[in-house]
Amino acid sequence: MTAAPATVRVAGGQGFWGDWLEAPYRQVSGGPIDYLMMDYLAEVTMSILQKQKSRDPSRGYATDFISQMERILPALVERGIKVTANAGGVNPRGCALALAEVARKQGLAGKLKIGIVTGDDLLGRLDGLMARGHQLANLDTGRPLRDVREHVLSANAYLGAAPVVEALQRGAQVVITGRVTDTGLTLGPLMHAFGWPADAWDRIAAGTVAGHIIECGAQASGGNCLHDWKRIPDLANVGYPIVAARADGTFDIVKHPGTGGRIDVPGVTEQLVYEMGDPREYITPDGVADFTTIRLAQAGKDRVQVSGVRGKPATDKLKVSIAYFYGYKAVGTLVYAWPDALEKARAADRILRQRLQDLKLEFDAMLTEFVGANATHGPLALKALDAGGGDLPEVQLRIGVRSPDKARVDRFTREIAPLILNGPPSVTGFAGGRPKPEEIVAYWPALIDKALVQPAVEVMDV
Amino acid sequence: MKKRLVEIAHARSGDKGDTANIGLIAKHPKYYPLLVKQVTAARVARHFKGMIKGPVERFELPNLQALNFLLHGALDGGGTISLKTDAQGKVFSTALLRMEIEVQR
Repeated sequence: MTAAPATVRVAGGQGFWGDWLEAPYRQVSGGPIDYLMMDYLAEVTMSILQKQKSRDPSRGYATDFISQMERILPALVERGIKVTANAGGVNPRGCALALAEVARKQGLAGKLKIGIVTGDDLLGRLDGLMARGHQLANLDTGRPLRDVREHVLSANAYLGAAPVVEALQRGAQVVITGRVTDTGLTLGPLMHAFGWPADAWDRIAAGTVAGHIIECGAQASGGNCLHDWKRIPDLANVGYPIVAARADGTFDIVKHPGTGGRIDVPGVTEQLVYEMGDPREYITPDGVADFTTIRLAQAGKDRVQVSGVRGKPATDKLKVSIAYFYGYKAVGTLVYAWPDALEKARAADRILRQRLQDLKLEFDAMLTEFVGANATHGPLALKALDAGGGDLPEVQLRIGVRSPDKARVDRFTREIAPLILNGPPSVTGFAGGRPKPEEIVAYWPALIDKALVQPAVEVMDV
Repeated sequence: MKKRLVEIAHARSGDKGDTANIGLIAKHPKYYPLLVKQVTAARVARHFKGMIKGPVERFELPNLQALNFLLHGALDGGGTISLKTDAQGKVFSTALLRMEIEVQR
């Protein structure tokens, strides 16, 4: 065992499935890093992957990951950069097999170990758990899972950093997981590299905060940053954020030299409060971080130092992310032009609603928005608009409906286009055609006793 | 004199289910006490009247000169269920910045 390094650099390479394809390559090629962390899983991603796996048992993982790795794998192996990614979705082993095949084609047989973290998938265990009295009640509504059990498409416990650490300790250079928390993918490497014990609560909390900052990719380095946004340089060439951590749990947020974007205290603060609940209790499987203890300081150009983070012991529960079929929705749009753009759009909305009523078509929900007037800021924007005279150059009418009955939603979609010829004038923008009824897969958050979920780690030689 | 929050603060918002969160951050430490005093949970609830169905909670982060608001019932069911353009509450942030508060010269 060699001595722990002074600094460990964990680079954020992907903030969600669909993030910039160039980012992982740029993080690897742009300067020194020790780990590349890639987050692929949003709440409903697992249900999409579960569906893919049911059609083809070899699928069910984030396929982007394989093509991204293909490009960087030789450099990773040559420079000893390790990767943590929850790209495994509902089939981490399938993902590892696909990666191994790519690695062998690149002549890397015998030069790579892939760690596989499983144990998060609870879909096959749901009925047994419920039979033993585990309600898996919805955290928001309190309803027991049995209310929607027949519609459940996927169920995964959020695992923490521990299995990632184990895989790294057993020599894995790429760790592919299922539903491991976004923050665990950053905390795991730090615990491994510095030998942090699992009950070093302040350092666990610090690593968690580090993970929270870089888990949304460039949102910590100038992307989607409101503060002084016009002066953020060269976003076309944005550098994704990197955690440069020290053994005491303090760390800097930096990016590679020569890249665009900006890393400053206001920008990092924006990312810290993103998707925040109670800041004193940021709960992960690994511990509870207190965001009111975080200290930020500008430590140089594009360098923010983070210190002071305090943590508390982990709870005895894990969060479970369950996806279930909810019903159907469809959204249709038309664009109305000056003069009286908003009035025309409003008239069209009234006519459409009248026709739906005459057809006796009722929906669980029906929402009208006037894009350009009130879609984002609602009545607050209309008030400001009226105060300014209100003569908009154009308005997009956007109407959506939701129902368990697909036929009803489908009938709705046929009422949009006729308005072009039989409704208010100066209307356009229907080139996309009739909207399609879309399946809604909804998210059901629940808790489960930690003792009921056993993460499993496998290390595979390529 | 009255100033809109956009002049003295910035913000980022996101979602957790049907709840939108707004982190409101003072542009300068001297403005933070004004935010604490005037941008109360009750005032934010009034500001968003007609846009949210549930209560508003507020948390203080003096270390970051920031307040965090949770707007419950803000997203028409949230995530994939929602019919809203802003189903994930991404721009509730700037909607809050329309609010006016009293700032001493």
